Amino acid sequence: MDKTIDAIINNYNRDKNRLMDILIDTQDTLGCVPDSAAEQIADALDISKVDLEQTLSFYHFFSKEQRGKYTVYLNNSAVANMYGRKEVARIFEEEAGCKFGEVTKDGLIGLFDTSCIGMNDQEPAALINGVVFTMLTPYRVRELVKGMRKGLKVEELLRTGYGDGNNSSPLIRSAVNNHIMEKGPVLSEDYVPGDAIKKIIKLDPAEVIEEVKNSNIRGRGGAGFPTGLKWDFCRRAKDKRRFVFCNADEGEPGTFKDRVILTERPRLLFEGMAVAAYAIGAAEGILYLRYEYKYLKKFLENILDEMRSKNLLGKNIASKKGFDFDIRIQLGAGAYVCGEESALIESAEGKRGEPRDRPPFPVEKGYLGHPTVVNNVETLCSVVKVMLYGGEWYRSFGTDESTGTKLLCVSGDCHYPGVYELEWGFSVADILEMVGAENVQAVQVGGPSGTCIGPDGFERILGYEDLATGGSLIIIGPHRDVLRDIVLNFMDFFIEESCGSCTPCRTLPVAIREKLIKIIEGRGVMQDLMDIERWRFIMKVNRCGLGHTALNPVLSTLKNLRHLYLDLIQKEVEYDTGFRLDEAVKEGKLVTNRT
Amino acid sequence: MAQTIKFTIDGVECTAKKGQYIVDAATENHIYIPTLCNIPGVKPRGSCRICSVRVNGRMMTACTTPVSEGMEIENKDPDIEDIRKAIIELMFTEGNHFCPSCEKSGNCELQALAYRYQMLAPRFKFMFPKRRLEATHPKLIKDHNRCILCKRCIRAIKDEEGHSLFAFARRGHNVEIIIDTKYSKNMTDEQAREAADICPVGAILVKERAYTDPIGKRKYDKQPIGSDIENL
Repeated sequence: MDKTIDAIINNYNRDKNRLMDILIDTQDTLGCVPDSAAEQIADALDISKVDLEQTLSFYHFFSKEQRGKYTVYLNNSAVANMYGRKEVARIFEEEAGCKFGEVTKDGLIGLFDTSCIGMNDQEPAALINGVVFTMLTPYRVRELVKGMRKGLKVEELLRTGYGDGNNSSPLIRSAVNNHIMEKGPVLSEDYVPGDAIKKIIKLDPAEVIEEVKNSNIRGRGGAGFPTGLKWDFCRRAKDKRRFVFCNADEGEPGTFKDRVILTERPRLLFEGMAVAAYAIGAAEGILYLRYEYKYLKKFLENILDEMRSKNLLGKNIASKKGFDFDIRIQLGAGAYVCGEESALIESAEGKRGEPRDRPPFPVEKGYLGHPTVVNNVETLCSVVKVMLYGGEWYRSFGTDESTGTKLLCVSGDCHYPGVYELEWGFSVADILEMVGAENVQAVQVGGPSGTCIGPDGFERILGYEDLATGGSLIIIGPHRDVLRDIVLNFMDFFIEESCGSCTPCRTLPVAIREKLIKIIEGRGVMQDLMDIERWRFIMKVNRCGLGHTALNPVLSTLKNLRHLYLDLIQKEVEYDTGFRLDEAVKEGKLVTNRT
Repeated sequence: MAQTIKFTIDGVECTAKKGQYIVDAATENHIYIPTLCNIPGVKPRGSCRICSVRVNGRMMTACTTPVSEGMEIENKDPDIEDIRKAIIELMFTEGNHFCPSCEKSGNCELQALAYRYQMLAPRFKFMFPKRRLEATHPKLIKDHNRCILCKRCIRAIKDEEGHSLFAFARRGHNVEIIIDTKYSKNMTDEQAREAADICPVGAILVKERAYTDPIGKRKYDKQPIGSDIENL
């Protein structure tokens, strides 16, 4: 028995619901979770080893084998590729002497791909042993690998200096930049922690919910469910042990606003969680933080301590008898689907991040079976301002259907990428002007799961009534090959990130990707386009939002940028399987020396 | 006594006990909704999605959704039936299913559904994945080629203390069923048979058993799957 592992298990009270934490700590200690440790943990938690393995093998950042003394996770989002990722990756392979997906023979360097790490405004970016490296160039990569060969600490490799704002604080010390380009109610400096709490404790919880309803605020993660209504449902649940979750699993490629809020307005967020807790009657809160943002954990924990010392968290908050609420941070381990609220809860319980069947909804049966409200980072921050200035004030921003402001994450082909807090209702054209983007070919609104629009759609407005977005806006310049550089990348993303539970979501995107490649290679026919448009309905029976939207990259370009497909398909041919005899027998010909 | 409620399936008035899942309620009303991952009496999971019905305009899985008063359910709608057929085709093209030599042929629910839905050539291309044939277990053979990842074995087969014997590994189109060596070591012959029988296809086989029923006496030789429910 390994005593270090046993100490880790004891740290979490030998509780199988804390399996994620146990695996993360084990991997931090040993570099991976080897079979021996897996057995020891499974035995200690009295679960079978396959139950542990189903969690372990689900998450991208867990590994049973060593992934190198220096483990490089290079972001492979579409925007990273726009900014030269391909060359950066090539130099990494050349200098390290191994391919992506491998570890060097001496075990020094491991190279791996990873889905969007929330740095789209400073790509190409990589996580090396959890430390973020941004704006990588071939030159920088050569320096990095040289430093690794010298055995430098990862922090010593970071020679670019620290980023703006709190990124340079002693507890973060990261090269990440906030790039805040426009401030509104959420990002405003005009905020004193605790003011909202002092105000709400004079109100009845039902009055707090009324005010939130009055603001008409809807969930900022992308789905747009009315926040007040969600709280109301939870408050009505019979079970008195309730939970507030903050969803900081910001995984939609091109989204990075939660990272900026967590860095610059963490007190606002935690106060928002306290407001939600007061409203629904919860004493326990969990911030589910994506693994990519682990570098913020110490800093956030320090803020939690500070708020506890100021009686803004803990027992009898702000001297209000019976208002007890505290927050712990739960790390994820790399899975986009955990951004779905029920998958997030499953993950926090130490399981695979597979979305649950509904009903029951999390507000009735959530974390550990108790009523749970899951809100996005930005939603919780906005709610604090709603409580301070009133729902009516909040409604004065935005449109009738989409009230308030939205933090937009602008990246891609423009002069000023970054975070813009704007009222809902701006047109895409307005925003393109604001961020300095010319001759734009297309804009991807809401990330891969959202909509891709061409110039004829630029007068459309951002809002739940037209173009909904969780924040991601990717600008695609005139010189890009949209199908190859963007759409194919997004399809790969969904195939990689499906949990694999529902049959259509597990299989159909793979079939559609094959069709897409066929079209890109000039073998497509009109029938292929018709097939794709017919097959989309099969995805409607998937359980969760990922499954419902996984074909959107193809479907929305087929609808809004149809000429791209029509230009590529064969005009005179009605039927083509895509099969080419010459290519199929190429290897055989080589072996037999025939031409 | 449980409260009785009224609802409709394709316009036909039905009754059920409150809290019953749609699929069970339909069965009691002699209406067949196809299922694959569902096991009566075990907590449903809704992973194959073949039982999808339209409930008040929304697609829901009949195995996981309880009926409620006044619910309007669409089941035999051509669009829904086509989605089900597509799911069957996706399962056939996702794995390597070779019915003629399969021990489960004639008793296989996937094969029976393909016949019921008159699947000829699937609309999707065969993926021909490379999958393992695992024979390390003392009593069972796991042929991943035929597995449709329905999770029946995961949910139904546990040891006496509730430990899982089967689980899912990895994610997306790389998922695979894995067997626990420690807790499944002492599996009885009866448990092994149970595991093979709970599998709707021929992915879990009992060693040294092979074919059990002669052609003509197999479960779906004479009547299509679901007809027992419709003709009750």
